[in-house]
Amino acid sequence: MSNKTSKAGGFRARVTGLPKPVKFLGWIVLALLAYALPLLEPPFISTPGVDFGGVLFVVTMYGLVALGLNIVVGYAGLLDLGYVGFYAIGAYTVAILTSFHANWPLLLALPVGMLATLLGGIILGTPTLRVRGDYLAIVTLGFGEIIRLVAVNTEWLGTSKGISNIARPPSLELFEIPHLNWDTGVPLVDFNDSTTFIEFGVLDQIPYYWMGLTVVILVLIADKLIKDSRVGRAWEATREDEDAAELMGVPTFRFKLLAFATGAFVGGLAGGLYASRQSFINPQSFLLLFSILFLAAVVIGGQGNRWGVLVGAVLVAYLPQRFREFDDFRVLVFGLALVALAILRPEGLFPPRRTVRAKQLEQELDELEGAHDGHDGEAAARA
Amino acid sequence: MPDHTKVLEVENLTLKFGGLTALDDVSFHIAEGEILGLIGPNGAGKTTCFNAITGVYRPTSGSIRFRGESLVGKKRFQITQAGIARTFQNIRLFPTMTALENVLVGADARHSTGIFSALFRLPKHRREEAEGHDRAMELLRFMGIQRHADELAANLSYGDQRRLEIARAMATNPKLICLDEPAAGFNPEEKRVLMDLIRKVRDQGYTVLLIEHDMRLVMGVTDRIVVLEFGKLIAEGSPAEIRDNPAVIAAYLGVEEEDAS
Amino acid sequence: MDFDFFFNNLPQLTITGLAFGAIYALIALGYTMVYGVLQLINFAHSEVFMYGTFATLWTVWALTGSGGASGMQLVGILLLALVMSMLTSALVALLLERVAYRPLIKRNAPRLIALISAIGASFVLAELMGLRDRVTGWFGLDDTLDRYVSGARINASMSGVVNMPNVDIFGIPVKTVDLLVIGAALLMMVVVDQFVRRSKLGRGIRATAQDQETAALMGVNPTRTIQMTFLIGGLMAGVAAFLYMLKIEVTKFDVGFLLGVKAFAAAVLGGIGNLRGALLGGLLLGVAENWGAALIGTEWRHVVAFVLLVVILLFRPTGLLGESLGKARA
Repeated sequence: MSNKTSKAGGFRARVTGLPKPVKFLGWIVLALLAYALPLLEPPFISTPGVDFGGVLFVVTMYGLVALGLNIVVGYAGLLDLGYVGFYAIGAYTVAILTSFHANWPLLLALPVGMLATLLGGIILGTPTLRVRGDYLAIVTLGFGEIIRLVAVNTEWLGTSKGISNIARPPSLELFEIPHLNWDTGVPLVDFNDSTTFIEFGVLDQIPYYWMGLTVVILVLIADKLIKDSRVGRAWEATREDEDAAELMGVPTFRFKLLAFATGAFVGGLAGGLYASRQSFINPQSFLLLFSILFLAAVVIGGQGNRWGVLVGAVLVAYLPQRFREFDDFRVLVFGLALVALAILRPEGLFPPRRTVRAKQLEQELDELEGAHDGHDGEAAARA
Repeated sequence: MPDHTKVLEVENLTLKFGGLTALDDVSFHIAEGEILGLIGPNGAGKTTCFNAITGVYRPTSGSIRFRGESLVGKKRFQITQAGIARTFQNIRLFPTMTALENVLVGADARHSTGIFSALFRLPKHRREEAEGHDRAMELLRFMGIQRHADELAANLSYGDQRRLEIARAMATNPKLICLDEPAAGFNPEEKRVLMDLIRKVRDQGYTVLLIEHDMRLVMGVTDRIVVLEFGKLIAEGSPAEIRDNPAVIAAYLGVEEEDAS
Repeated sequence: MDFDFFFNNLPQLTITGLAFGAIYALIALGYTMVYGVLQLINFAHSEVFMYGTFATLWTVWALTGSGGASGMQLVGILLLALVMSMLTSALVALLLERVAYRPLIKRNAPRLIALISAIGASFVLAELMGLRDRVTGWFGLDDTLDRYVSGARINASMSGVVNMPNVDIFGIPVKTVDLLVIGAALLMMVVVDQFVRRSKLGRGIRATAQDQETAALMGVNPTRTIQMTFLIGGLMAGVAAFLYMLKIEVTKFDVGFLLGVKAFAAAVLGGIGNLRGALLGGLLLGVAENWGAALIGTEWRHVVAFVLLVVILLFRPTGLLGESLGKARA
């Protein structure tokens, strides 16, 4: 075993070996840090020239989308190139219901938007999930474009002018939280710069980030609960060998559709939140490019690993904002990254743990040249 | 002792691929609690017959009835849920899942936990999860591979992968279990162990349909044997009868007929 | 629905549709051949085409000068532009095969990974063209190349260079350029079809499409065969790019995407892996799209194409003529 892998294993073992309350506490601290991030405005991480809270909100949206797409691509192995279409359905439903054709409050429109997206996923998935995997990619690509073109060409959807005045979430102004100021090199509490908890206004984007982060955490938990169940196993089995899964009693089509619809649902949620925070959408917000960026987040992070795809989402959403001077090169860089990853590290930067394990064992077996005793003994020791 | 109700009845089963007749008017049945051997030279249509039973191919004509109910036109997963499970000639496990998870997928064929039960950890999820886990561990122990429960299927040894396939099939709690050359690639000692195992499977109350190449293995373990050649059924009977059947000997040794390929 | 307009102009609509369709068919050839041999959707094939359009444009720009050109001189320039377009596209296609696919094919990577690599390569190629002003700027060449690199993300046009008259056929005014496009595309399709059917290399391609391992054992060099496939696809994309520029006269760094998806739809429509299917699918798609645009409005043009693709995949996933580059694949 190489030094590097054993070290990583050791760290992982030490973390997973911690007692439960300690681990729980660790998660709480991590979550609190994440919530406090825009208030701390740490140097180097904070984005000069762009509103840090706004950037963080976009990061959470990419995270949400990546989690949703990961269910489709990573768990069920269905390559969806039109995910932005679901994002658009969610956003447009919210826009129509809260501003363009009705005056619903956001909290009512959002669930309707998610249901609409779910329905869209089922309607698109029912016929297309029967075709071959790589055809599915092209059909979904076409779907994403159709949604956008329909929005461009339909008066009822605001055409290319878009829809404005989309409802914001209800505010609940409780108290003010001051930010930190690092101008002098040491952190100082700056009472002139504060965020109202919790006011969804135009200027301060931080509450949106908090909302986005909360949703991401909820989806993460739901993701874990679903993945560690019959449903998650059925997805994985279908991805690994569809025929064998079917012959083992897995209704593969039904589970593929479930993955597709669940992914769509999460995409719709992200789209609705995005529309609310932007307060304005037009078809330009739903270019094919975004489908590719979402996919890049999932693939770069490591499809199938929920933490990996979150890291991927952070990279895809945050880096271009932090280094705005390179923003024009964003697509070029992601294109290069996709090719490089496919060739050098097809399982992504952070593949699921079991992929790592499979690789390690493969490596060991290569080294041992088929001598089984080594890893048998190890397994026995673990048991 | 074997009860003589028919679990599976295959009648006049014919399967054509374009101009090629893979199965030609094949009829046989499997009685409850027996081990039926399906043998024949290479290309005789054994696996095709398996595939027709498990719903992979749709028969051109003829009927397949499982416990009195027709299987023709049923979906593959429905056939499995109805109580027929199988293994594969070339191992088809889910390579990135652990051995335990592979068996759990089989056990899930009996379960109905959906996304809501899982999401809210409803009692159904907890019950089925616990039940499946116990059953899976029991099967892994039965197969003697419980030590590898947490190992990825891809990393098991060849023999353990074959055993895991049987465990996975048994986990679907089938009435009839179809083993497609389970001893392929085994040495004589491993084959003997497997033979005992197949008998133990039957003794647990499963009916077994066994495709096998190795005559000695088939003769030693089966109650009855059906012989296919060029898609036709040429003999049926007890191992002793089959051993002395001239048509079977001819088919295996190629005495009377010329090599048609 | 504008039925009056549709029926009054049906012949012209059909011929223009066929001209578009012929271009789709030529691009589709690249998709269909690569898919037939590798079972890979060469997503970046659209960029192979896009580079051809720029090769055509720049050759014409460079050679016509300020005074324009006419007569034999113009014909010569156009022929040269065609050759440049074919060479450029072929070069890009070969480069693509070498950099983005061969390492994956060697490793027998899953198809989705290859598709992701293809998508990445497509974006890299398109963006390099869309950022050509920046890239040349790094080398201080942007002033010298000004005309060719400025406005990298907007339309570049060669309109006014080639003016072809309309002709009357049975009293119907038809654009000569449409006839030229259809004729040239048909000719090219016949050449490729015959090449794949009759030549030794074509046999190798068909054999590899059927069973790569066996073909290799029989002495067909798979790497060379795959290269040939990309080469032919690239050359044809170059022809398509040249014809496209004759007809549309305008190009842009992202022009490939829509055309690529439509050409792929054409390939699927005809039966992917099937050369004659690509022709049939291309022509059908072109006509259907043009008719649809006339009936329900030009803004729905692309939607018609996409809906057609989705519908075909649902009801006849193997396409109209079935899938076969070798013969029949399981």
